[in-house]
Amino acid sequence: MAYRGNRRSRHTAQAVAAAGAAAALLAACSGAGGTASSGGGETVNVLMVNNPQMIELQKLTADHFTKETGIKVNFTVLPENDVRDKISQDFSNQAGQYDVATISNFEIPFFAKNRWLHPLDSYVAKDKAFDQGDILAPMRESLTAEDGKLYGQPFYGESSFLMYRKDVFAEKGLKMSDSPTWQQVADLAAKADGAKPGMKGICLRGQPGWGEVIAPLTTVVNTFGGTWFTKDWQARLTAPEFKKATKFYVDLVRRHGEAGAAQSGYAECLNNLAQGKVAMWYDATAAAGSLESAKSPVKDRIGYVQAPVDKTPSSGWLYTWAWGVQKASKHPDNAWKFISWASSKKYEALVGEKIGWENVPAGKRASTYGNADYRKAAAAFHEVTKRSITGADPRNPGVQPRPTIGIQFVDIPEFSDLGTKVSQEISAAIAGRQSVDQALNKSQALAEKVAKEYRGR
Amino acid sequence: MSAPTTVRPDRTGPPAPAPSSRAKWRRARAWATRAPLLPALVFLIAVTQLPFVATLVISLFDWNALYPDERRFTGLSNYTSVATDPQLRDSVGTTAVLTASTVLVSLLLGLGLALLLDRAFIGRGLVRTMLIAPFLLVPVAAALLWKHALYNPEYGLFNGGLSWTADLVGIDRPPQPDWISSMPLIAVEAALVWQWTPFMMLILLAGLQSRPLEMVEAARLDGAGTWQIFRYLTLPHLRRYLELGVLLGSIYIVQNFDAVFTITSGGLGTANLPYTIYQTFYQAHEYGQASAAGVLVVIGSIVLATFALRVVSSLFRQEVSRA
Amino acid sequence: MTVHTVAPHRAARAARRRGLALGLLAWLAGLAFFLPVAWMVLTSLHSESDAATNPPSLGAGLTLDAYREFFDSAAGTGPWPALINSFTASTFSTLFVLLLALPAAYALSIRRVRKWTDVLFFFLSTKMLPAVAGLLPIYLIAKNSGMLDNIWLLVILYTSMNLPIAVWMMQSFLADIPVSIIEAAQIDGARLPSILARVVAPVAGPGLAATALICFIFSWNEMLFARVLTGVTAQTAPVFLTSFITSQGLFLAKVCAASVVISLPVLAAGFAAQDKLVQGLSLGAVK
Repeated sequence: MAYRGNRRSRHTAQAVAAAGAAAALLAACSGAGGTASSGGGETVNVLMVNNPQMIELQKLTADHFTKETGIKVNFTVLPENDVRDKISQDFSNQAGQYDVATISNFEIPFFAKNRWLHPLDSYVAKDKAFDQGDILAPMRESLTAEDGKLYGQPFYGESSFLMYRKDVFAEKGLKMSDSPTWQQVADLAAKADGAKPGMKGICLRGQPGWGEVIAPLTTVVNTFGGTWFTKDWQARLTAPEFKKATKFYVDLVRRHGEAGAAQSGYAECLNNLAQGKVAMWYDATAAAGSLESAKSPVKDRIGYVQAPVDKTPSSGWLYTWAWGVQKASKHPDNAWKFISWASSKKYEALVGEKIGWENVPAGKRASTYGNADYRKAAAAFHEVTKRSITGADPRNPGVQPRPTIGIQFVDIPEFSDLGTKVSQEISAAIAGRQSVDQALNKSQALAEKVAKEYRGR
Repeated sequence: MSAPTTVRPDRTGPPAPAPSSRAKWRRARAWATRAPLLPALVFLIAVTQLPFVATLVISLFDWNALYPDERRFTGLSNYTSVATDPQLRDSVGTTAVLTASTVLVSLLLGLGLALLLDRAFIGRGLVRTMLIAPFLLVPVAAALLWKHALYNPEYGLFNGGLSWTADLVGIDRPPQPDWISSMPLIAVEAALVWQWTPFMMLILLAGLQSRPLEMVEAARLDGAGTWQIFRYLTLPHLRRYLELGVLLGSIYIVQNFDAVFTITSGGLGTANLPYTIYQTFYQAHEYGQASAAGVLVVIGSIVLATFALRVVSSLFRQEVSRA
Repeated sequence: MTVHTVAPHRAARAARRRGLALGLLAWLAGLAFFLPVAWMVLTSLHSESDAATNPPSLGAGLTLDAYREFFDSAAGTGPWPALINSFTASTFSTLFVLLLALPAAYALSIRRVRKWTDVLFFFLSTKMLPAVAGLLPIYLIAKNSGMLDNIWLLVILYTSMNLPIAVWMMQSFLADIPVSIIEAAQIDGARLPSILARVVAPVAGPGLAATALICFIFSWNEMLFARVLTGVTAQTAPVFLTSFITSQGLFLAKVCAASVVISLPVLAAGFAAQDKLVQGLSLGAVK
């Protein structure tokens, strides 16, 4: 008996030792991790959306920026919906994983208010070569927070406009006005539908996401006289104007829009127009660079006119992917050096020379539109782009006063959630799974919940 | 299992020890028995249960990451707003439908395939290899494949195949359905069924191969038909394997996030619980509410799982009786 | 199962015909399930414009452009760091799972603790908790301990993610081992680790291999935690894959190429070990 018991206690000792070893192993792992992630030397971590302009920047960075400054740039590149989640997570927790991120004029005001961003004024003042005065006024204004400080530098800016196939229109004897109304566009879409085998009249985003279907839809709502909220925070999603605009949008895309509209976002529509699947497309001005690039099958066949209107003289949105520096960043000086390079005139020239002037990340500097090379390469669209951007009025985009700044969005933090939920309802209406009335009734309830919070503030 | 007197050795039960050293011996023996279990248990509790305690605490706070200055204790109010949230209720239903239908369909398909593969035929190994390929694909890759390369109404394989066939038989305007919009939940389910059928098939194939052949032979000699053999011999034998498939399939499919996130972005009524909670975290930044939702889901899952495993399944019952 | 009975001629012929038909059916099913994978591989070998045609251009020229672009490190680091991260996370977590699960399974099957079914149930119940509910606290803990963007954090999480299933699978394999073998070893004076290594592991070998393979697959595939907890240095392959869905125009061939490469390790391991998989997946149901 004693012999048995003895052996058992040896077992215990063994097992305890094994457990201890496992714990030590874990501790060692965590220790190793702690030092590995902090890194060292001259680096900047950049988190950005995977738009074409950013991918080109990524390709040019090592040979130019790093070569000149010795600062290594670590990029994380993600699709738009993913990158937004990741940015807000990293910035709201001030986790400091990223020094620089692509944020937009939507996030800047409330990110700055929450003290998540590094103000850039002192850097701008010292960096004469950057030439802050050259940045277009609407961009500067939309990247300045309530406290009057500057919190972002635009990488490129965009408005929205209407693109159409000039060759198809000529063939069918259709005529596009320079400042079309939405009714005209709907008529043209009906006529252009089926102009070629498999070609639809128009591409409009239908994919869920506040940055997807909600952006073009809200500009239509604005010009039809509707608004998400009144000045004193009453939700107006079931008001006649909002309803009319939404019905118009959903009907148009259901009747003459692209196949698979409920899953189509910017990327899918760009494909559709480039592959000859649609005759028109209402979307971001930044698309023109891709459509006119050397590789594009529809190069020189696209016409560009200002965003279609109804009750307002213009209706284009205003958006910029801008660089913001996280407050918790350990390398703010390096971060600025990177921004100062990426948003510089010099970088635009580099893209013009290496990739083609039509691909320049434009829409942010006045000097771009004075550049002869750019004007030549972007002859088809640069003027209407600049007019759309400078003509956009983010403080007063509709027919009534608004509670916040913003054209295609309402500039409150809750909008990313509200917009996404509403977008899912709209998307379901586009897919024909519910009526527009049903979609808007549900959306109104969601919006009213947010409005109530603000009325109480 | 804190009292040493409760130790009841089962498989390697030693003869009863002398009364004098009994208590001491038992204590030592109890710990010796438990010791190998402890590292895994401690590790699992530390990594899965401690965060859950944190979730519990966070769920009592009104905490929106976008308003860092307004974080405060609110008691149970998150729970009331979560319980009355129609979106969350919808997603519970969606999760149930998505999980049940995916598990059931892939189990039935898997059973059919396992029966087919249980016979000798030319190229059986190759067919099995082809059949398990979907399970071995990275789920995100599979979801992307279905969304872009198969369902896409413009250049997806399904519509491409339709117009190709139409071309062959001379139909002018082939139907080009918009798969995801017209049947969003089925689209997600189809992709999941495709991935999980091989898994079910492998489990059931293992079951079939462990079937005592003599019994089948004897039954056949007694004049039992194929169906009778299947119904009265094979199926009862497969019962535990079927339950195992349901159990493991449910565990993984209930948690599915990649397919919903990738194929429909949670739109068109396909938002399941993981997606909805993710959205509350990452789009609404309502940390408190998301945690409350998480706690409720955890409680719900445990109740369901206990019920399923303890009452319905023979997996645990039989093992208890074996002990 | 073939029919061994001596049957009349006609019956034998009918059975052969039926066998042929069922074999054909199996082939059709196999091809149907494999078709999407084959289509993915074919698309990955097409140029972007050939990949996006309707009807599909099956005979279009093949090119490795999509793969070249995937491995192109001009745009950043290329896929290698992500692949290496995935490999690290999957291999080490699988290793830790086996190290922790083997003794635990021993205590649940060979020398059983009291209420071992409850313990087993507890292990399995942690698998039923929605992982997404633990995401926020884990993120906050990781952030405060400086473990964000650290591959070892994923190793720990994947270990806990796969541990319950591994314990469960392995306890059923070990329960198959005849008690007499272990008792013989004990009487020879062997201690637990050496019993596990010398007696248990060889007998439960195929089961261990299957467990390891399943753990490896699930770790390699994991995306939710990887997406939230990694960043610059610890990004895993599935997360890297999503960055190929761009608004840069056509991306189908590239996404397919990326999917093929990223699934390749799991595909290769799974194909090579499919017999083990069949044995291994019988797990708790054996007996």
